[in-house]
Amino acid sequence: MRLQYPENIRIVSIPCTGKVDLIHILRAFEKGADGVYVVGCLEGECRYIRGNLRARKRVEKAQAILESVGIGGERVQMYNLSSSEGPKFAEFATEMTEKIKGLGPNPIKLNKKKAA
Amino acid sequence: MIVAKQKPIEEIIEEVKDSKKLLILGCNECVTVCEAGGKKEVAVLASALRMYFMNKGQEITIDEHTLERQCDHEYLEEIRGNIDQYDAVLSLACGVGVQFMAEKYFNIPILPGVDTCFMGATEERGVWSERCQGCGKCVLAKTGGICPVSRCAKRLFNGPCGGSTKGHCEINKDVVCGWQLIIDRLKELGKLDDYETLAPIKDWSTERAGGPRKVVREDLQA
Repeated sequence: MRLQYPENIRIVSIPCTGKVDLIHILRAFEKGADGVYVVGCLEGECRYIRGNLRARKRVEKAQAILESVGIGGERVQMYNLSSSEGPKFAEFATEMTEKIKGLGPNPIKLNKKKAA
Repeated sequence: MIVAKQKPIEEIIEEVKDSKKLLILGCNECVTVCEAGGKKEVAVLASALRMYFMNKGQEITIDEHTLERQCDHEYLEEIRGNIDQYDAVLSLACGVGVQFMAEKYFNIPILPGVDTCFMGATEERGVWSERCQGCGKCVLAKTGGICPVSRCAKRLFNGPCGGSTKGHCEINKDVVCGWQLIIDRLKELGKLDDYETLAPIKDWSTERAGGPRKVVREDLQA
């Protein structure tokens, strides 16, 4: 397939998106990530029944928290695809990268630089 | 268990905004079960607060710790050695824990991070509801195991009021009529005769009407 997708994305592999906890997402931002997106299986097709639905709820919670602390909830996003959909994976990566580029860097990082 | 829910983050920020070194202190008991103030919630809140203050460019150190309980001397003593370095503690325990901490560490502000709601049960994950008001004189033996003090909006003792409609309470159609539940259960138990027995006037002195309460067991005292 040899698809191209933006190089700035760091992939963290997990066995199921149900493994993603709220704190994992928040810590990424605390450490300076500009955006986080979770890519899970299609809804209704989770091998563990509710893993991706749980992940969605956690992503929504992370959005609410990031919004309330001034980082911006739109920096977190949940995507769903089937494991054979390589082109979609590349498409999501591009879409998210462009969205985050539009939003600019994580404001925490900017403030840290200002302070230094 | 004691059911609590986390305060809105804006309110917590207002409480801690002048602090330079803050300890967020969780509790491993009830508030962990109702997912309001356990180790996980401590980590999430600490992360959110750090981000808020970093974003504001405000220097603040936020540490995290969770005790087995905040309503017992022995567990609270665990932090005696290092609590002096903090200018405030945000306790995610129930109101009991916050107060017991405040009594023990008199010179450090102990701030509440949760709103303590009631004594209740987990109906399902994410849903908790009230079951007991600690009135100090349990009547469950006579009422089919369903409490008229906590389940009836009017705390009636001799059957439902006229506002009970189709098994629901007049204060809110989503609230089940406590007396309907009692009658249904007594029927199931074949003890409907208990319903006919008049309950005497309840002695409310064992409830809050008698002021702050205390239980003393001399046989257990040192």
